Amino acid sequence: MNTMNTQSNAMPESSRDSQIDESQVVTPAVLSATRPMYWSVRRELWENRSIYIAPLAVAALILFGFMISTIHLPGKMRAALASHPLHQQEFIEQPYNFAALLLMATYLIVAVFYCLDALHGERRDRSILFWKSLPVSDLTTVLSKASIPLVVLPLLTFAVTVVTQWIMLLLSSAVLLGSGLSLGTLWTHLPLFRMSLMLLYHLLAMHGLYYAPIYGWLLLVSAWARRAAFLWAGLPLLAIGVVEKIAFNTSHFAAMLQSRFSGGPEAIAYPAQSSVMQEMTLLTLGKFLISPGLWIGLAVFAAFLAAAVRLRRYQGPI
Amino acid sequence: MTFQPMACIEARGLHKTFGTIIALDGVNLRVEEGRILGLIGPNGAGKTTALNAILGLTPYQGELRVLGRDPWMERDLLMRDVSFIADVAVLPRWIMVSQLLDYVAGVHPRFDRAKAEGFLAKTTIRLTSRVRELSKGMVTQLHLAVVMAIDARLLVLDEPTLGLDILYRKQFYDSLLNDYFDRNRTIVVATHQVEEVQHVLTDLMFIDRGRIVFDRSMEEVESRYLEVMVRPEQVAAARALKPMHERQVIGGSVLLFDGADRQRLTALGEVRTPSIADLFVAVMGNHASVTQGAAR
Repeated sequence: MNTMNTQSNAMPESSRDSQIDESQVVTPAVLSATRPMYWSVRRELWENRSIYIAPLAVAALILFGFMISTIHLPGKMRAALASHPLHQQEFIEQPYNFAALLLMATYLIVAVFYCLDALHGERRDRSILFWKSLPVSDLTTVLSKASIPLVVLPLLTFAVTVVTQWIMLLLSSAVLLGSGLSLGTLWTHLPLFRMSLMLLYHLLAMHGLYYAPIYGWLLLVSAWARRAAFLWAGLPLLAIGVVEKIAFNTSHFAAMLQSRFSGGPEAIAYPAQSSVMQEMTLLTLGKFLISPGLWIGLAVFAAFLAAAVRLRRYQGPI
Repeated sequence: MTFQPMACIEARGLHKTFGTIIALDGVNLRVEEGRILGLIGPNGAGKTTALNAILGLTPYQGELRVLGRDPWMERDLLMRDVSFIADVAVLPRWIMVSQLLDYVAGVHPRFDRAKAEGFLAKTTIRLTSRVRELSKGMVTQLHLAVVMAIDARLLVLDEPTLGLDILYRKQFYDSLLNDYFDRNRTIVVATHQVEEVQHVLTDLMFIDRGRIVFDRSMEEVESRYLEVMVRPEQVAAARALKPMHERQVIGGSVLLFDGADRQRLTALGEVRTPSIADLFVAVMGNHASVTQGAAR
């Protein structure tokens, strides 16, 4: 009886699987692991168009403002040429760094709102019942959502920033050429390649990996809260801080949070603040990778994510 | 042990509580492959909870196997062979029809995109529309087109036609029977709209207060249960045959019998097979009085 059952169980399975094998080049194991992940990430981008619209809109704003500012560029450039070389550097780099900073801030704002809605929205609009009717595990779904602030947003922000900075450079060059000034000072004082490299490192290491527990916490809250996810994201942290202050008159928790937000003792100085950063990149990377702050953070992130996966498994529509 | 056809769904002592409310109170059921089961019950009877347990959406106590798998532990694997339509409003409103097809084709190894597009071509739904732009009926058509293009072995429908007009409702079950159902598939449908599934079902189950109170194939139903319309002067004679239920209509009474002799009933009036709705009322009425009696 038992063997009969397993056979009748296995037969249609194997015949179906072999059909898939013929039509797909990838082996089923790889297929089942990566394809749902790939499509789930695409799905997130379809649903949350702000992920790419927001940085593009900010980039457009930056370029618009910069275009207006180029009216005064030739005059300011002449004044700068007369000043100390360090001031020249600062003057030339400043708008490029400001653009990077604005886009970074956009990334963080988009990431926070995205994470808080990621596992809440699908329960609110009941679409979780549809997603769960497909052969995609809760783990894959949560990982695909976590990959947005961790991987997609830093890379996207990097690409938008680099393109924006290059457009700014070309715009300034055109204006300076038009007014008969040489491009030498501008191009020698603007290490765009080094800045880009530092930016990529900063985005992935700091805003991606080091901030991971923050995104993990927000995803967990969005999986748990029935409403007012935004409030629930902040209140428990505040409560812990208050209790600690009253009970022990200390503020280690608040200090810990602050250190996490500011990048901790391992914080990589923003590229512009240090000209010797170029040589230090590898050293800093090494220091960053062995810092306990990073690994504790990643462990906490993994725990938050595991809890979010478990919650999604149990929860239905709100 | 006898050889039985493979069970698509097998549950023993399925139990589920929400706080103090008992949603499932020891449900035993077995659904063979190739059947269309109607799960009928009043609001709050445990229909949706039972279906959620079968679909791996909710944890439970007791034994449950769906296509040989434990749904709670293996939902994602199970969903390769199971499709379900929860109710009309679960397709994400932001998604574009073409994106929906792309996504399902991307994650579901048994989805046939061409087939889904074929079904959609028979409707007025365009691939560039977003779900939020579609009417309720069209969203159901879309969901059905996606589900019918999946080569699944079990399809679970929970109030699939809720809020649809008569045309869409009729069309829904027609498409299911003509374009989807075959002897290798199993369909479980929970609904209040019993009259429209009457001729679709092969099996019928009533659920009340977390228990299965009625479980028969439609052939059994048709051979066992008879309804007679009796004029007032013959009601006493009819009552002597112990009907399970009696209701008043204009010009007489309708009495419902379980396993009565058709010949004797024909002498009393016009004999016919009761509708599922009438059978439901009769079974539920008896069940309610029995449990009330037990409570007293």
